[in-house]
Amino acid sequence: MADSPPIACAPCAGGLCGGKGKETLNEGIWKSNPIAIQVLGVCSALAVTNRLENSLVMGVALIFVCVGTNLFVSLLRDVTPRRIRMIAEVAIIATFVIVFDQILKAYHWEMSKQLGPYVGLIITNCIVMGRAEAFALQNPPIVAMVDGFANGVGYAIVLAIIGFFRELIGTGKVMGETILSGDWYTPNQFMILAPGAFVALGFLIALFNVLSGANKPQEEDKR
Amino acid sequence: MTPEVSPLVILIAAIFTNNILLANFLGMCSFLACSTKIQTALGLGAAVIFVMTTTTAINYGVYHGLLVPLGLKYLQFIVFIAVIAAFVQFVEMFVERFSPPLYHALGIFLPLITVNCAILGASLFMIIRNYTFLQSVAFGFGGGAGWTLAIVLMAGLRQKMGYSSIPRPFQGVAITMVITGVMAMIFMGFAGMVTIQ
Repeated sequence: MADSPPIACAPCAGGLCGGKGKETLNEGIWKSNPIAIQVLGVCSALAVTNRLENSLVMGVALIFVCVGTNLFVSLLRDVTPRRIRMIAEVAIIATFVIVFDQILKAYHWEMSKQLGPYVGLIITNCIVMGRAEAFALQNPPIVAMVDGFANGVGYAIVLAIIGFFRELIGTGKVMGETILSGDWYTPNQFMILAPGAFVALGFLIALFNVLSGANKPQEEDKR
Repeated sequence: MTPEVSPLVILIAAIFTNNILLANFLGMCSFLACSTKIQTALGLGAAVIFVMTTTTAINYGVYHGLLVPLGLKYLQFIVFIAVIAAFVQFVEMFVERFSPPLYHALGIFLPLITVNCAILGASLFMIIRNYTFLQSVAFGFGGGAGWTLAIVLMAGLRQKMGYSSIPRPFQGVAITMVITGVMAMIFMGFAGMVTIQ
């Protein structure tokens, strides 16, 4: 993905550009990845990534909420008065979050308990609100859904990466299966505790900076 | 959570051992955005303490007085966020009308707070942990104070950091994250002091 052709309108990080599905996808998943590049919605990215399984469920939750919200915000964009659009967006987001929370509670009670308040906190996740505000309000429903999906996937991928490494290093397991064990590997508890989450995300953001060429040398910044 | 735990213990725990930012990762967005100057961090922190304490109290009343008797527990998310948004709006208008100096000091931070996940998170934790009313208020105040402590410390560090040369990929958010991690580790040192679930 890194060697895909650069998008002409890179400066508009809000993703207002294009309107074409493929560019929107690339924008959401890679070019302006919600967590690693824009650093939005990091609360849950830190909180639920102590296990890969939790990270994946959270990723699915965000994709679901983001696609649904973008679809409805976009459908209602011509009839929503500008002044109350924030409240309308929050109401739509909260509706989808409640639906997902109820499904999770009904079918995966254990998982719902492990994620604790973080499913509910998707309401205040800046990614969902940001995409609704910056993209869905100006674009037709289908493209808005693609954008929601792309950002959700971008979020889910980063969560999966962090979750994978934190679980592997912290407990020697992946999805509950022991991978690293024996006398040569002692699980490093640090990674599944709170500080490990911050450090892991910090290093991941730094890695993204290297790969995407952000934080370029000074000369280019001055231009 | 048993009702015997004194609110004071919860208050201390919410500040140090279960710091809402460093242990529960809430309020990261504004933490990253507003931790560049100590002055700003203090202003935002004061607003957060105030709003978090009052909204946990209001939400406690709404949840146990309205949602539970009516069997509408599943509406808690939307009701809580509505309460928070309405309360913040109200406070903003009130402060603007009666205390312009305070409005200039805190006013710009108030709208930011509606979308601060720590505020909603405090209310949700209160429900999950079955706190009593006093425990909830103590948790709300302690949570806000702990968040303020973390953001002010971070602002101080970031002001100092301006003088150090940081590897290029780490500049900005990445190094802030790593430092926050170190800070979280330090706060874990308080863990033996008091424990709440």
